[in-house]
Amino acid sequence: MNPKKIKYIFKQALKSMWRNRMMGLASVGSVTAVLIILGFVLIVVLNVNNVALVTKETFDEIAVYLDDDISEDQIKEMGDSFKEIDGVLGVAFQTKDYALDKLKEDWGKDSFLLEGLRVNPLPNTYIVQLKDVSMSEQVISKIETFEGVEDVQYYKDAVNSLIKIADFVKRLGAGLIIMLLLISIFIISNTIKITVLNRHKEIELMQYIGATNGYVRGPFMIEGILLGLIGSLVAILIISLGYNYIINYLAGRYVALLSGISGYMVGVEMILNDLIIIFLTIGIGIGILGSLVSLKKFLSV
Amino acid sequence: MVRGGTVIEFNNVSKTYKKEFTAVKNINLKIDKGEFIFIVGKSGAGKSTLIKLLLREISPSEGTINYNGLDINKIRKRSVAEYRRKIGFVFQDYRLLPKMTVYENVAFAMEMICCSAKSIRREVPLVLSMVGLSDKAKYYPDELSGGEQQRVAIARAVINKPETIIADEPTGNLDPETSKEIMKILTEINKRGTTVIMATHDREIVTRYQKRVIELKHGVIIRDIKAGGYTDEPKEN
Repeated sequence: MNPKKIKYIFKQALKSMWRNRMMGLASVGSVTAVLIILGFVLIVVLNVNNVALVTKETFDEIAVYLDDDISEDQIKEMGDSFKEIDGVLGVAFQTKDYALDKLKEDWGKDSFLLEGLRVNPLPNTYIVQLKDVSMSEQVISKIETFEGVEDVQYYKDAVNSLIKIADFVKRLGAGLIIMLLLISIFIISNTIKITVLNRHKEIELMQYIGATNGYVRGPFMIEGILLGLIGSLVAILIISLGYNYIINYLAGRYVALLSGISGYMVGVEMILNDLIIIFLTIGIGIGILGSLVSLKKFLSV
Repeated sequence: MVRGGTVIEFNNVSKTYKKEFTAVKNINLKIDKGEFIFIVGKSGAGKSTLIKLLLREISPSEGTINYNGLDINKIRKRSVAEYRRKIGFVFQDYRLLPKMTVYENVAFAMEMICCSAKSIRREVPLVLSMVGLSDKAKYYPDELSGGEQQRVAIARAVINKPETIIADEPTGNLDPETSKEIMKILTEINKRGTTVIMATHDREIVTRYQKRVIELKHGVIIRDIKAGGYTDEPKEN
């Protein structure tokens, strides 16, 4: 392709976009809308996924509460035995006094409520760290057989249901995204079709004159690509700004939970690169597909 | 008049639509370079089909059409554009692009074939002056009369120096006076060596110019004479 032809095709595409700017706006709008919904689904999926991952890491510990009436030797023995169990990474002992101090610290200015306690109700505790969450069940069943073990606490149910939710959202998201993609291709092809119909006399004429397909198709292809490109750029801007705003809003509103929420949410800068690549690819892809679908019908003269 | 060898040749060409309606049947036709030909006949006689076949808009059901000895239906799809550049086409309804000026409409045809900006600036004014529209280059089609619009369309058809001009009822929408102007331009183009094929209803024009006449009826050529009027029969009225 020579530079003059490229210049011509771009000039025609831009001219035609300007002439049919309302239609162009509609196309850009539909690409943007579809990509924003897509971005929303992606972000929700990513975040649920992330929360599941983070919780998985945080809760790979089992709390073993001990009876109050066992001796220190027994406690030490138990700790050594726990270490031997297959699937245990490490064991840490937490005295009941330490547990109470920690609780006081956590409660902060409300800790005066704990002053009235005559006896420390908290048990001595072993924190058993697992090598892998999947091994939790076998470890727990072994620990429960020890004498002096009052209770075993594990957030297995919470983790499992989170993983289930993540799976569900992922599947729902994948389905939604596929549907939205098809819808957006349909919308764009329809919009380009209207643009082509607006210019069908011109196309027909070009074909009678003997213009090559490059000249006939070129401007429309470029027009479709540019519409998709603009639509995806707008969507990238809106999604990244909007998501950033939401993160800041949540962080600002729930200062107490700052570490909690922003720790669980995926940062904008982490998804921006992928978002840009995904959106540009999809936007431009939609543009090309839309143009092709529409032009196929009109290149038959 | 410049005459050359055979340019267009129809060999036993038939076109049937949907197996029921035969638009043209057993067409045998030879057209020499530099000829001026009227194709006449009532609506539905097959004139449009003949033109569409020639432009390779449709393919014959039977028979072959040769252009300069080449079977045009054996041209690959991507080369059809190249073939069409040898033919300038003039429509009954002008088909100018309304958002372009007279100048741009003519230049458009040249741009499509990929000519340098310099040659476009040189050629377009020449052709516009040939059709007598030098002073209207900057007008838009809707600011022109029908005759002027058709002259722009002719300028557009000849700008790429085609070997053949096909005009489908070019005077169909024009009054007799304006039609004469169009005919003057077409005969001028023909005198410069371009083959002109014109489908028409215009009894008066055909009879006046005494060119080769091909008459179609129900898709069959019923008359092909070197020089003649619209019909053999004496003029009614």
